[in-house]
Amino acid sequence: MSDTILDINKDNKEENVKLEVNNLNLFYGQFQALHNISMNIKANKITALIGPSGCGKSTFLKTLNRMNDLEENVSINGELKLDNTDIYKEMDALELRKRVGMVFQQPNPFPKTIYDNVAYGPRINGIKKKAQLDEIVERSLRQAAIWDELKDRLHKSALGLSGGQQQRLCIARTLAVEPEVVLMDEPTSALDPISTSKIEELANELKKKYTIVIVTHNMQQALRVADDTAFFLLGELIEFRDTKKLFSYPMDKRTEDYITGRFG
Amino acid sequence: MNDKRKGIQRAKRINTAMTAILYLIGGSILLLIFVLAAYIIIKGLLSYYPGILSTDRNGILNQLFNTIYLVFLSLLISVPLGVLAGIYMAEYAKENKLTRFLRICIESLSSLPSIVIGLFGYLVLILMTGANWNLMAGAITVSILSLPAITTTTEDAIRALPKSYKQASMALSATQWTSIVKVLLPAASKRIITGIILAAGRGFGEAAALLYTAGQSTRLNWSNWDLTAKTCPLNPFRPGETLSLHIWLMRTEGSLNPHSEQIANFSAMVLVIMVLLFSLTARILSNKINSKKTGLKE
Amino acid sequence: MRQSKSVVKDNKLGPLIVRIAGLLIIALTLSIGLFLVIRGMGTFVKFHHSITEFLFSSNWAPTDSATASGGNVGAAIYIAGSLLTCGLALLIVLPFSIGAAIFMTEISAKAGKKIFQPAIEIFVGIPSVVYGWIGLTVLVPFIRDVFHAKMGGYSVLAASIVLAVMIFPTITTVSVDAIRSVPDSYRRAAYGLASTRWQVIYKIVLPASKSGIMTGIILGLSRAFGEALAVAMVIGKTRAFPKDLLSPTNNLTAAIASDMGNTASGGEHNLALWSMALLLLIISVTCIFLIHLIGARAKKNERA
Repeated sequence: MSDTILDINKDNKEENVKLEVNNLNLFYGQFQALHNISMNIKANKITALIGPSGCGKSTFLKTLNRMNDLEENVSINGELKLDNTDIYKEMDALELRKRVGMVFQQPNPFPKTIYDNVAYGPRINGIKKKAQLDEIVERSLRQAAIWDELKDRLHKSALGLSGGQQQRLCIARTLAVEPEVVLMDEPTSALDPISTSKIEELANELKKKYTIVIVTHNMQQALRVADDTAFFLLGELIEFRDTKKLFSYPMDKRTEDYITGRFG
Repeated sequence: MNDKRKGIQRAKRINTAMTAILYLIGGSILLLIFVLAAYIIIKGLLSYYPGILSTDRNGILNQLFNTIYLVFLSLLISVPLGVLAGIYMAEYAKENKLTRFLRICIESLSSLPSIVIGLFGYLVLILMTGANWNLMAGAITVSILSLPAITTTTEDAIRALPKSYKQASMALSATQWTSIVKVLLPAASKRIITGIILAAGRGFGEAAALLYTAGQSTRLNWSNWDLTAKTCPLNPFRPGETLSLHIWLMRTEGSLNPHSEQIANFSAMVLVIMVLLFSLTARILSNKINSKKTGLKE
Repeated sequence: MRQSKSVVKDNKLGPLIVRIAGLLIIALTLSIGLFLVIRGMGTFVKFHHSITEFLFSSNWAPTDSATASGGNVGAAIYIAGSLLTCGLALLIVLPFSIGAAIFMTEISAKAGKKIFQPAIEIFVGIPSVVYGWIGLTVLVPFIRDVFHAKMGGYSVLAASIVLAVMIFPTITTVSVDAIRSVPDSYRRAAYGLASTRWQVIYKIVLPASKSGIMTGIILGLSRAFGEALAVAMVIGKTRAFPKDLLSPTNNLTAAIASDMGNTASGGEHNLALWSMALLLLIISVTCIFLIHLIGARAKKNERA
């Protein structure tokens, strides 16, 4: 095993593990981007991934719903399990992405109406009845706390929304597929502070139903929203613990240097 | 010191002279296009006589109908084939020898003289099938001419879309194909349609490729709707002289028609207006796309 | 031990169909080439004429029967007609095309976009037959009356002017793109060295966009070589070398357009026309090859 500080696994055995990662390595061609990552991500918690740019946190996030399959030249080994099922060996990528949704750094609504954006996922999964779609769209937009703002303009283009609204729409679009896990890749980095705090509140609300993994390079954000935090550096997982503990008593010198702003 | 100043003055004089020349060139080009357009339209209008808009041998309505029908038939072939091939180029083609070769093929196809494509159509669709000149042969030949443009427009339109569209769609558990059909194609549709309209406009004016495929005569009976009859307007397997060929025939083949000059003049006007209407539509459409980066209106 | 990623399953039929569409285009292009080569080689294979005769002899008297041979297939007049009209068209159009391109980019970019772009689109939109018709109704009488041309104005000059107008948009558009892609930093640097605008254009911008402009010229030439009906309407279709620019002659495309339908398929005359079509194909493929060559050389120079 690696020398990662993982007291979290011992501390909280009783809690539900949603995603289990063992000795994960990832290569872009010959270049190794992730080294021996092992961590357990707990159900109905928010797990933050932090670290300087290029540390592998986003790459790692993408392995969790196999978005890295879309890139050429990527190979991985190790074990990645969702509810004890290996997501690379025993699961179809589409099946996995239904269960593990993703919200991207830049809000990326389709050039369609708000309604069609949210209904996209259910539709491609075979739901055709209007009543049922209406219900899913409303529920998803409510869950994303944006229903009241958008309910009167559902059939207008999603591209006319503000950045913050677009991002919450994208979250609603992800929720409409009814995933179990929601991955968020720096979801607020393109947004203003007010939209950011709305998304953070939303994440807190959503964890009751979903497991959330969020990549951020805003340490304050990790501290505000995350239950657990993992610190990545140069493709390695350095420390993974309860957020408060990690920020108050970092056990690794490198974690301490990072959170006190000495690099990154 | 003096020399230097002289040099500068010389450079300034040359600059002024050249700027004037450039303005002259620019102005003369605008003047030329204005005069050409005015000439075509005025000459066309002056050549009007009652009966030119009829379906008898002094009228041009049959030729006009043939032109539109032929372009319509050609789009039935070139649009599906071109759009599908464009999707392939944008989404599935790997950077390998086959793809490079396909690119060269598309490029060659787009630069071949239309008379050469016309001869190919003549050989394969008329000589080798033993058929008589027919609209369908002309339509297939014109579709070969517009195929490269439609393919490249589709490819470019899809490639110009933000990567995030596909990413978001795949993250919602869509397959690549679903993403193409449900997200990418709709998002690229306006640009693709613009390209198709432009291709159609060019099809209206095509003549060299049709000389030996669509045929140089037309006889229609507008009360005959038996699709297999030689005189049925909708029968695609009948000879179908188009408007542009009509101009050529009226002015070159020693036409016996006493109105031949007027017919040619009027036809030229109709043809140019038709083509320009199409390119104007395409231009308006593409301006709309550019100005509406914020999204589609419902 | 690396585990290679498993590829996401995709719909099977769709990707297969688009692939077939791509392959169809390849098949189509190859068969056009193949058919033209087979037909066009008939003159040399079936009727045993030499390529030298076809290219350089001006003795054109092929027999027109399905089987009989024994005629002459020297196409030099047609080839010379094509070369002469295209070359002259290029000479006429170059100052206008390059001047317009400079005007649209360096002098008034706004007028370029708002006025010239649409104007050029109108040039493109006018069908070639209509250009021929204008040539016939305006240019030919004009040349007849002003220069007292013997053959009533049908002439090399008329054909060249018509061609020049027709290739104007091609050369201009490509040149505009080439000039636009010259980095602004070049211009700023040159202005900073106290150059006049013309000096910037002549010494910096034009040399930097040289290969793009060359590409435009070749594209234009390739279009001129292939243009059939417009030229056929004004060139006079006379089987003789032109004595001067005001005399008529004939060219490859006009000969094909007017004679192909009147010859017995597979006969000597017929196949000689196909050989001309093959020659046109070879010219257009050569042009593409040249364009790629220029592109590759420009790239190499950029890196060096």
